[in-house]
Amino acid sequence: MSQVSPGPPRMGFFTDTSVCIGCKACEVACKEWNAIPEDGLNLTGMSLDNTEKLDANTWRHVAFIEQRKPLAFQEPGVRHTGPVPDLATPPAEAPMTPMTPGEPGDLRWLMASDVCKHCTHAACLDVCPTGALFRTEFDTVVVQADVCNGCGYCIPACPYGVIDQRKEDGRAWKCTMCYDRIGDGLQPACAKACPTESIQYGPLDELRERASERLDTMHAAGVTDARLYGDDPNDGVGGTGAFFLLLDEPEVYGLPPDPVATTRDLPAMWRHAALAAAGLVGAGVIACLRSS
Amino acid sequence: MAECHPVGFQWVMEAKARGATLIHVDPRFTRTSALADVHVSLRAGSDIAFLGGLVNHVLQNEADFREYVLAYTNAAAIVREDFRDTEDLDGVFSGLDTEHRTYDPATWQYEGADVPSVAGEGDEEFEERTQAGATIREAARVEAHGSGGAGVSGDIHTDETLRHPRCVYQILKRHFARYTPDMVEQVCGVPPDTFRQVCELVTANSGRERTTAFAYAVGWTQHTVGVQYIRTASILQSLLGNIGRPGGGILALRGHASIQGSTDIPTLFNLLPGYIPMPHAHADQTLESFIEAEGTVKGYWGNMRSYLVSLLKAWWGESATADNDYAFDYLPRLTGDHSTNETVLAQMEGTCKGYFLMGENPAVGSTNAKMQRLGMAALDWLVVRDFALIESATWWKDGPEIETRELRTEENGTEVFFLPAASHTEKSGSFTNTQRLLQWHREAVRPQGEARSDLWFTYHLGRRIREKLAGSTDDMDRPILDLTWDYPVHGDILEPDAEAVLVEINGHDARGAPLSAYTELKGDGSTTCGCWIYCGVYADGVNQADRRKPHTEQDWVAKEWGWAWPANRRILYNRASADPDGRPWSERKALLWWDPEHRRWSGPDVPDFQPDKPPDFRPAEGARGPDALRGTDAFVMQADGKAWLYAPAGVVDGPLPAHYEPHESPFTNPLYSQQSNPIRQVVKHPVNRYQPPGSPVFPYVTTTYRLTEHHTAGGMSRWVPYLAELMPEFFCEVSPELAAERGLEHLGWATIVSARTAVEARVLVTERMTPLTVQGRTLHQIGLPYHWGPNGYSTGDAANELAPVVLDPNTHIQESKAMACDIRPGRRPRGPALLEFVRDYRRRAGITDETGMEM
Amino acid sequence: MGRPRDALTGVAAGRRRRRGRGEQPVVPDAQFTSYYGRPVVKRPVWRTLDIAGYLFVGGLAGSSSVLAAGAHFTDRPTLARAGKITAAGGVVVAAVLLVHDLGRPERFVNMLRVFKPTSPMSVGSWLLSGYGPAAGLAAVSAVTGRLPRLGTLATVGAGLIGPTITTYTAALISDTAVPAWHGGHREMPYVFAGSGASAAGGLGLLAAPVWENTPARRMALMGGIVELAAYRLMEHRLGMVAEPYRTGTAGWLVRASEALTVAGLAGAVLGRRNRLVCAVSGGALVSASAFMRFGIFKAGVASAEDPKYTVGPQRERLNARDGSGIGRV
Ligand SMILES: Nc1nc2c(c(=O)[nH]1)N[C@H]1C(S)=C(S)[C@@H](COP(=O)(O)OP(=O)(O)OC[C@H]3O[C@@H](n4cnc5c(=O)[nH]c(N)nc54)[C@H](O)[C@@H]3O)O[C@H]1N2
Ligand SMILES: Nc1nc2c(c(=O)[nH]1)N[C@H]1C(S)=C(S)[C@@H](COP(=O)(O)OP(=O)(O)OC[C@H]3O[C@@H](n4cnc5c(=O)[nH]c(N)nc54)[C@H](O)[C@@H]3O)O[C@H]1N2
Ligand code: SF4
Ligand code: SF4
Ligand code: SF4
Ligand code: SF4
Ligand code: SF4
Ligand SMILES: [Mo]
Repeated sequence: MSQVSPGPPRMGFFTDTSVCIGCKACEVACKEWNAIPEDGLNLTGMSLDNTEKLDANTWRHVAFIEQRKPLAFQEPGVRHTGPVPDLATPPAEAPMTPMTPGEPGDLRWLMASDVCKHCTHAACLDVCPTGALFRTEFDTVVVQADVCNGCGYCIPACPYGVIDQRKEDGRAWKCTMCYDRIGDGLQPACAKACPTESIQYGPLDELRERASERLDTMHAAGVTDARLYGDDPNDGVGGTGAFFLLLDEPEVYGLPPDPVATTRDLPAMWRHAALAAAGLVGAGVIACLRSS
Repeated sequence: MAECHPVGFQWVMEAKARGATLIHVDPRFTRTSALADVHVSLRAGSDIAFLGGLVNHVLQNEADFREYVLAYTNAAAIVREDFRDTEDLDGVFSGLDTEHRTYDPATWQYEGADVPSVAGEGDEEFEERTQAGATIREAARVEAHGSGGAGVSGDIHTDETLRHPRCVYQILKRHFARYTPDMVEQVCGVPPDTFRQVCELVTANSGRERTTAFAYAVGWTQHTVGVQYIRTASILQSLLGNIGRPGGGILALRGHASIQGSTDIPTLFNLLPGYIPMPHAHADQTLESFIEAEGTVKGYWGNMRSYLVSLLKAWWGESATADNDYAFDYLPRLTGDHSTNETVLAQMEGTCKGYFLMGENPAVGSTNAKMQRLGMAALDWLVVRDFALIESATWWKDGPEIETRELRTEENGTEVFFLPAASHTEKSGSFTNTQRLLQWHREAVRPQGEARSDLWFTYHLGRRIREKLAGSTDDMDRPILDLTWDYPVHGDILEPDAEAVLVEINGHDARGAPLSAYTELKGDGSTTCGCWIYCGVYADGVNQADRRKPHTEQDWVAKEWGWAWPANRRILYNRASADPDGRPWSERKALLWWDPEHRRWSGPDVPDFQPDKPPDFRPAEGARGPDALRGTDAFVMQADGKAWLYAPAGVVDGPLPAHYEPHESPFTNPLYSQQSNPIRQVVKHPVNRYQPPGSPVFPYVTTTYRLTEHHTAGGMSRWVPYLAELMPEFFCEVSPELAAERGLEHLGWATIVSARTAVEARVLVTERMTPLTVQGRTLHQIGLPYHWGPNGYSTGDAANELAPVVLDPNTHIQESKAMACDIRPGRRPRGPALLEFVRDYRRRAGITDETGMEM
Repeated sequence: MGRPRDALTGVAAGRRRRRGRGEQPVVPDAQFTSYYGRPVVKRPVWRTLDIAGYLFVGGLAGSSSVLAAGAHFTDRPTLARAGKITAAGGVVVAAVLLVHDLGRPERFVNMLRVFKPTSPMSVGSWLLSGYGPAAGLAAVSAVTGRLPRLGTLATVGAGLIGPTITTYTAALISDTAVPAWHGGHREMPYVFAGSGASAAGGLGLLAAPVWENTPARRMALMGGIVELAAYRLMEHRLGMVAEPYRTGTAGWLVRASEALTVAGLAGAVLGRRNRLVCAVSGGALVSASAFMRFGIFKAGVASAEDPKYTVGPQRERLNARDGSGIGRV
């Protein structure tokens, strides 16, 4: 009667940014639960975002984007006429919180909580030479701090710029999808703290279904620029375990528009490297031939 | 709301998910606006004009819910002939006493009603001696009225056709007629299009089938007309039939965790538990005369004696007997206005010599923070109980006055004690939230080190004082020695049992059995109860506040989660959710209905009505208390059982709201020649100089507010790296237009100046701040979060250095939401140069000690 | 988990739109946007000196082993010894650099916990642990003259593993999201092989007497030409992402490298009979190789720091795939 019990389903996040209120409870809950060191005091001028990015000490990051764009039929109640700086302008050079250019009098404020994508094809995991990064039974990607040797390879490998090195110990850190909670049937700390259920945690299949319904509702309601990001298993990383509903292009949120796990091209790279190496041997042989 | 009540905001999101439209009215485009369907940006301090415009829209278009208005409001009541409105007196009401800066509300009364004796048995001579005159009486009474309704009695004349020129409805119509869309634009800077959109959305969403809710917090209250803001909303909601019904109401989003609890069982000087007013010296000599004066004949306040006697029994037990008026004399008496700011003045004068600060950081959190510090500097002793060395505990060594050399550490005579406090995770107790819901929490970890709970501190302080006084024969010591101070303690630190306190609050009957409802309270000394509105929280000997049945396992009212006062009722005045005959106004909105078969009110909520009083009930001649209310008198706490469109008593600055300019405003009042609330509380003091209205030296409007990332005066957030890093520095928010006008650079420094002082802040230029056109002029507003101070991990100037002490006369709340100021690029001067810098501004604006003191 | 709160914002308001815009306009994304100019991918956290240095030293060592083996069997003892010593020295330096970047020596041990073909660094670590002893043994034997049989075996081993040491690092850096690296993943191994060969040749020119240096010259020539060609090809394929190779520190490093290579090759060919010219040319080639590795390293870092190199090509790719970019991305 021995029967292999099927593992738990793949667990993931659906972050619906259209209901995010930018309270940053997710950021703080994550830091509290995981006892992450603080990230320093730095007023950035990037709207209300003073943590700037995901890094070794920020595993949830809430982006704030002020735009001269309409949000469906929203009445924003502001009256401006002048031109605006480009969103791509670094705040240090910007005369104000950079905005997307658009119609004067339009204003919308997008907020989005970003996190490790727990990629289906996780470049970080693929390139990790020590096996510190591994795939859990929930199909999430986790670093084992006691195995990581700080080689730093995973860091530039991640197409989303998620995983990062902690200066103090040299090791790589990122979201664990609260591996130490979900095993006990608890929700990840960030999802638990999110008051508006912008962060939804659950079996990935269910989340994808729900997200696609949500997208249809939004389109039907006239929020035509809503789109899903990371839900497609055919994308460059094979779909992500943490996917998003966005209201603008991914790059506006600091996300790559078409990320690829570069290990996809690794066989080609190996081939070329081998060829080049063989060439080198050949060159050595030719170089040393005695001319008769 | 998304910023300051993010957890509560989930229900707004839930409502939106069910199709609700969300309108956000705020000078700034905030995180709430980002999620709103409509954001209305208006000039800070102009909401009465905005809401008044809505009221006018409803009245002009007869968009009110007429059946509701007729049945449940005082629209039909006829007002005395000698009442004069702002229409007649160009901005003030009849009864203004210019000498004492008060109103005599006598002329505001209903025709045929007795004048309420708000002051109890007056003692003219005493009041003359204390100089404060009527203000004291008024100041000390209104909170009780707010909850209980001021007394009206007698035979109120009404006109159900609403045509009588002196009926409330007609008075209202005339009063608000000048609040036109055009006037709204002139005063608030809201374009008529936007305003009309709001009018349409609100009226279309009110009536039988639909309800609209208003949620507000301190953006509405921290004004010299704060109470009248809420009054305007009450009028609107009553006209639209949005009170006492699911999805309706005016929701005060409260502040600190359990700040609701701390008004119910108050930390306020003028209230006893359950909104029973604090007796006055001389005025309230006996229990009888006190109840006579404060209780009402009709309605639930008619039972005040039961509430008060039970309270006295809870406090003084066996020592409270019928013979000694149940120890009524043991209660302290008011001798004047002892609100915070008055206390600070008393400190500076040297009459107040000792001060406990438990859970407050006035050196940052209170307006004109310098005044707070100078008050403390004049004390003999100061006790601060907090988590960290907050500014209120260290001003004597590193406060701003040390830098400006106004104070010297060596010369400071105040003995300062700092005692570490235990946090809410380190102790058990209850929180009472915005919805009047009590929720119990338990100690999760033991207090660290020397930290102790406030309960521990208070209990052991009392115990030690009683030990010191033991054996005393001085009558003065009896109130302390006779207290029932017998709480069980546990553990090695001898922590008092918090639940024992809850049991005392709940009260018990003569046999010691816990009571289950305030209706069981008796005025004969046979029951005890520490707070009548909390009676029932320990019904059946069970901590009802500790119930945690998930909403998924019960009906939508979820009565088994925690416990709401009074009587676990979730929606107040819910009798109004049914029509006069007791049938729900609509099936969608059914909450309570009369069940003729069982002759009871029935529905998912606990009825806020005598459960067996039929809709057609008519009181017997001479009935008192609740029995004097009719079967349609839904507003049971009001003496006439009606929602007040017009307040014949109880609001000290007028029976109707009128738009007045903020005390410091760059504009003059376009509605009346009366500029500001004539009876706003002003404080004449050299460190509290005011700016003249309309001064070009202070051309901008500043408002202060909170950020999600920090908490109030910062004691709980600026020291916490996880929060500090989210909002690392004090900043000001300005529009690109203002930045251009004043040469402010994004992320550069700005200096913001008022008549009091100047502060510096980093600049955030953002289009979320918008210029407005007010009275044909472009107005720029400046946003200042008020969380910072010089101590802690994230530091900065305190916005409250700028703000004046000028108060709402009803609640003594400071006007910190609308002030005039100047802004300029660069950092502020340091040391004594700062004083000179501000003196220069004062000279330029022509400020004297009389500026701003006019009525 | 509760039910999701599917709130819709802005749909109920019915804002009176100027120009009657009911639907939201599909704003064409004419220009490039980013999140406040912030990088999308993380720049490598490796220290330049450590890792660019490692790329160079590894390349030099690996290629030198090839040349040394050739020289060994064609009886050019000086050239062979120089190659072996360079390789062994290179391995030692490489190891020091690696450990320095890791912070602690014992951390290198973790590299050998597993063998992962998906990780060029893992593969490299195993290669290195095979190559290191071989190169070392070959050098020790060459210098001391002891254990000649083992020395020969080691020379063969090092000569065979050496090229992989030279080229695996190309896969190592290309297998990242760093746009200037990954974009060149096809050409990078040839650039590295060429650069390594030219450096090894250069070192041979520097170390060997004129009568023994022909293999070195040939090696340098073949390597240099392959390097230059492969690099050009890579630049072409990279399109706008080649920009970081042309600008800033990387720009001048690469230009200097190219110039030195050309000069070194010219010197090596034209001054073939002059020991000094050969030595100088050899030195130029070695430094050219170093410059190239540092240039590539720097260009990679620069490309990661500017989001346009990440977003630009991806956006182009997307737009080519489905015109709109709206909908599912
Ligand atoms: N994160 C966080 N939450 C908190 C607190 C905190 O400090 N931090 N404090 C708690 C406490 S003690 C309280 S009292 C509550 C307060 O809660 P709120 O009242 O929501 O807090 P504020 O931010 O002070 O003010 C609210 C808004 O009023 C706007 N405003 C200013 N002037 C006017 C005006 O004249 N009219 C209108 N319509 N709006 C105006 C401000 O721009 C601001 O956005 O929050 C509680 N919750
Ligand atoms: N300009 C301007 N001024 C304002 C306002 C504004 O909007 N604008 N808002 C006003 C409002 S609504 C409020 S509520 C006040 C708030 O002003 P304050 O009440 O003065 O400020 P808090 O920082 O909330 O102070 C509470 C202190 O209690 C400590 N504490 C927390 N828990 C405990 C405990 O269990 N025991 C003890 N002993 N201490 C504890 C905290 O560490 C903190 O230092 O500020 C007011 N001032
Ligand atoms: S997002 Fe980056 S860090 Fe997260 S799993 Fe994918 S590759 Fe790894
Ligand atoms: S830094 Fe740690 S987790 Fe990242 S690749 Fe290296 S060993 Fe793996
Ligand atoms: S899942 Fe856990 S570790 Fe990941 S972001 Fe959320 S709280 Fe942090
Ligand atoms: S907790 Fe939820 S609502 Fe708050 S910032 Fe995070 S995702 Fe947004
Ligand atoms: S801090 Fe507490 S009271 Fe305030 S929103 Fe969060 S949970 Fe509610
Ligand atoms: Mo508050």
